[in-house]
Amino acid sequence: MKFSECKEIFALLSEYLDHDLPEEVCRDIDAHIAGCPPCVAFVESLRKTVELCRRAKALAAPDPLPEPARRELLAAYEAMMAARAKSS
Amino acid sequence: MGKDSICARRVTAAHRLPCYDRIVAAGAGEIAIAEDLLAGKPGAFDRFVETYRQKIFQYTLLMCGQREDAEEVAQETLLKVFEKLGQLRQPEHMKAWVFRIARNTCFMRRRKSVFAPVQELSLDELMPRLGEDGDARRLEVADWSALPEEVAINSQLGALLRRAIEELPEIYRAVILLRDFEEFSTEETAQILDVTEETVKTRLHRARLAVRQSLEKHFRAETRPS
Repeated sequence: MKFSECKEIFALLSEYLDHDLPEEVCRDIDAHIAGCPPCVAFVESLRKTVELCRRAKALAAPDPLPEPARRELLAAYEAMMAARAKSS
Repeated sequence: MGKDSICARRVTAAHRLPCYDRIVAAGAGEIAIAEDLLAGKPGAFDRFVETYRQKIFQYTLLMCGQREDAEEVAQETLLKVFEKLGQLRQPEHMKAWVFRIARNTCFMRRRKSVFAPVQELSLDELMPRLGEDGDARRLEVADWSALPEEVAINSQLGALLRRAIEELPEIYRAVILLRDFEEFSTEETAQILDVTEETVKTRLHRARLAVRQSLEKHFRAETRPS
């Protein structure tokens, strides 16, 4: 197994993880990974990275919405709903 | 490629990410909020504001780095959303529509990110290195198997992940925030950012590799014998 082959696979790994590659390419990657522990470790580390991002979701939260800002938004929403009701 | 063959492949794909159908199901709550808002249901306004304000704030904060700007962009975006909501015909597209407005609002401020400058990430620098003897089987990849599947995102890991995101050049940061944090599809992300789907895929892969590399440095340090 040549490094160039691992390297070619590394370039496709996000598309592989996202099920975004043609079936035959996935089969070739699966066949390579099955016999290549460093590739398994690399794929797993990338998959866990993506799953951490997906589960992290909220890394930063805004301050509570001040009441005047809420009133401004509510007025815009109510105006839109009134216009919508009028036009229908 | 038919839908059936894709789903069959997903079932057998041990190393791959969960089926996209599960992600779509996870977004069903957001669609329900949008539908309730358009139907004028009681409480829908506050639920919508709470959900989307947090999302817009985080995206903007991690893009520009200014807390005050992020609060203002969130407010400005929500105002535009309510003003234009009558034009939205498909509630299932609400989230992508809101993010496109947020992205444009953020862009109009023309403030440069305080984080990493615009630059290309080199794929080679993000790949694991060969062992000293040049053997591919000695690729230097840390063992992440000790990291549980359902590891809790505690404050330390959250801060680490946030720093890894902030260190990314802007063009990569925008893509990973939309694809992996907000779980937009490649197509939606391309539409929000006004780039091609191929560009989204290329940038996403490099962004993920760079975040992986940042996390790996941390895990290596954590597991290094003292």
